[in-house]
Amino acid sequence: MSDIQTTRAARKIVIDPVTRVEGHGKVTIKLNEAGDVEQARFHIVEFRGFERFIQGRMYWEVPVIVQRLCGICPVSHHLCAAKAMDVVAGVDEVTPTADKMRRLMHHGQILQSNAVNVFHLASPDLLLGFDAPVATRNIVGVIEAFPEVGKWAIFIRKFGQQVIEATGGRRIHPRLCIPGGVNQNLSVDHRDSLLKDIDQVIKWCEAALELHKSFVASHRDLYATFASFPSSYMSLVGPDGGMDLYDGTLKAITADGKPIFEGVHADHYRDVIIEEVRSWSYMKFPHIRSLGRDDGWYRVGPLAELNCCAFIGTPIAQTARQEFMTLGAGGLVHATLAYHWARIVNMIHCAEIIRELLHDDDLQGTDLVLTGDRRPEGMALIEAPRGTLLHHYTVDEHDQVTGANLIVSTTNNNEAMNRSVTKVAIDYLTGKEITEALLNHVEVAIRAYDPCLSCATHALGDMPLIVTLEDADGAVIATRVKQ
Amino acid sequence: MAAEPIRFTIDDVEITALEGQSIIEACDAAGIYIPRLCHHPELEPSGNCRVCTCKVNGRNSATCVTPAAHGMSIENNTKELNDDRRMIIEMLFVEGNHPCPYCVASGNCELQALGYRLGMQAPKEVYQWPDRGIDATHPDIYLDHDRCILCSRCIRASRMEDGKTVFGFSGRGITMRLNIDATGGLGETQMAAIDKAARVCPVACIVIKRDSYRVPNGQRRFDLAPIGSDIEARRKQVKS
Repeated sequence: MSDIQTTRAARKIVIDPVTRVEGHGKVTIKLNEAGDVEQARFHIVEFRGFERFIQGRMYWEVPVIVQRLCGICPVSHHLCAAKAMDVVAGVDEVTPTADKMRRLMHHGQILQSNAVNVFHLASPDLLLGFDAPVATRNIVGVIEAFPEVGKWAIFIRKFGQQVIEATGGRRIHPRLCIPGGVNQNLSVDHRDSLLKDIDQVIKWCEAALELHKSFVASHRDLYATFASFPSSYMSLVGPDGGMDLYDGTLKAITADGKPIFEGVHADHYRDVIIEEVRSWSYMKFPHIRSLGRDDGWYRVGPLAELNCCAFIGTPIAQTARQEFMTLGAGGLVHATLAYHWARIVNMIHCAEIIRELLHDDDLQGTDLVLTGDRRPEGMALIEAPRGTLLHHYTVDEHDQVTGANLIVSTTNNNEAMNRSVTKVAIDYLTGKEITEALLNHVEVAIRAYDPCLSCATHALGDMPLIVTLEDADGAVIATRVKQ
Repeated sequence: MAAEPIRFTIDDVEITALEGQSIIEACDAAGIYIPRLCHHPELEPSGNCRVCTCKVNGRNSATCVTPAAHGMSIENNTKELNDDRRMIIEMLFVEGNHPCPYCVASGNCELQALGYRLGMQAPKEVYQWPDRGIDATHPDIYLDHDRCILCSRCIRASRMEDGKTVFGFSGRGITMRLNIDATGGLGETQMAAIDKAARVCPVACIVIKRDSYRVPNGQRRFDLAPIGSDIEARRKQVKS
């Protein structure tokens, strides 16, 4: 339920909690005496502390422990931690069966997680309108108005979860990876079961893209300008510059597409990225070291992945990317709402990769685990559903973790999300009477990034969004709370 | 002259025992499961955990240390006894740290499996959150003291099977702890990964290093069959 409290004398709006995002955050918007927006901030108010309480645990426990950060994207943490612990276990390259099992699980995870954002979280805004009545602006309202979308929402997500279950034993918090490999291959029964549905899933993803494009065609100005600004981008790319969501090297580009760095391996991330802590949020602010605090911020996630890669190695997604890039008229695509378009392209890519892998006999291989000489440190990168994810661990001679650093996808987007919130507040709230529908515009901007706030702060407890509007003196004008 | 066979009833089922068998041993052989934690069929009994307590002729007795006797009338699978057993399991859960979602023993853990069998939903007692630490000094084995349920299996195995004295208890009551015979950690003891003591822990206190999570979900010991079902399968064979 939303709850708007307005005090005429005070001038601060609080949206608390921000809804239809994964995690617990709030927005505060400060107005000056003229009623203009002076500052808008997206606060992450939960704290998890995983980096601390895995210290002392055995290193092979970490891929299983850290995935408890999140119920939406546990697979990403499971895989990224496993890749880091491969390094600790002295294994530079796992067996083909292990590599492909992990890739299969990873693409199933991105498919199901992106489906949650595209259909369950974002589609009510895009299909029903930003200012549609709050009682119907939800997935149930979407299913009533667009029954086909409801079917896609349920079955595409279900398929992604089935891929996770087939590879890791269960749909949420699976167990597949051990340092140096995996604990099982893909059974023929599971393979055949997934093969039966994969072509239909690809068709549904393509249909979802067509529906999204029809929304774009009818809202061209809104799409191009809403919460938008030029920015730098960062993502993993494969050795040939193509999209690779599981492994590769870091690439960052400026707003006009020029490289800032590329070919950066995980163990050199500190050469290019530095993290900053600010007092008003539990989420860190990473930025590109060479560009500094003010200019070094960037965006990650599906939009960045499509902007950074030279091509996509699967045919349907590649065609979709080429059409997507025309939005940028020869340059990069900067529209914040284009995250959704890019997210659907990624879903197509993931489904195509899954289909390729299901036809690969390596998945039924029996060479599952390798061993090597123990190392004291391991770092790894992966493109999680929301963008680049980094895990970094140090391990002592007794196999106990002594240090951990996680830079999660949502953290990478921290500054960008704050800028989008500020832009929407300025564009839509200045001098106006604050209504629920207007405040929803702020949430629409946040949802484009599909933030996962529990991951971003590594937090325990409930996860609601809060928006606050306050004056220059910090007095609260309005607070909106959603549970 | 042959000795009289020992016959007794448990939950109204007549059992024949051999001379010298404990109640739990006789019931195991007959395919009747009595829940237990500290008892291990290859170790001497100790009567530590009291989970196997039954009403023997109307009085509570730990059946792992009570010899079978002719004419006994035993109650085992009753609500009262199972409630008591569940309470013991709950207290063990809150006295230690037992995070089943990521524990290396999950699916193979006898404490967890008994919790499921006895219908434990969630502990009602207050968590103690101990911080007893991990001893990872041994190259092949680590001790996670927060998981220890003080069953003494490792103590008995080390002394009686391995011929060593690696483990013992220190303290009493709530302050009782598993101790080792070295000041510098397990790595200074004679413990080896092939020791019996390294293989009998019912939880995840004594764990072989680099061997965790190798069995996928769905294929772990208690994924395949609930605890006690192997014993109960013997009963079906006896009947048929």
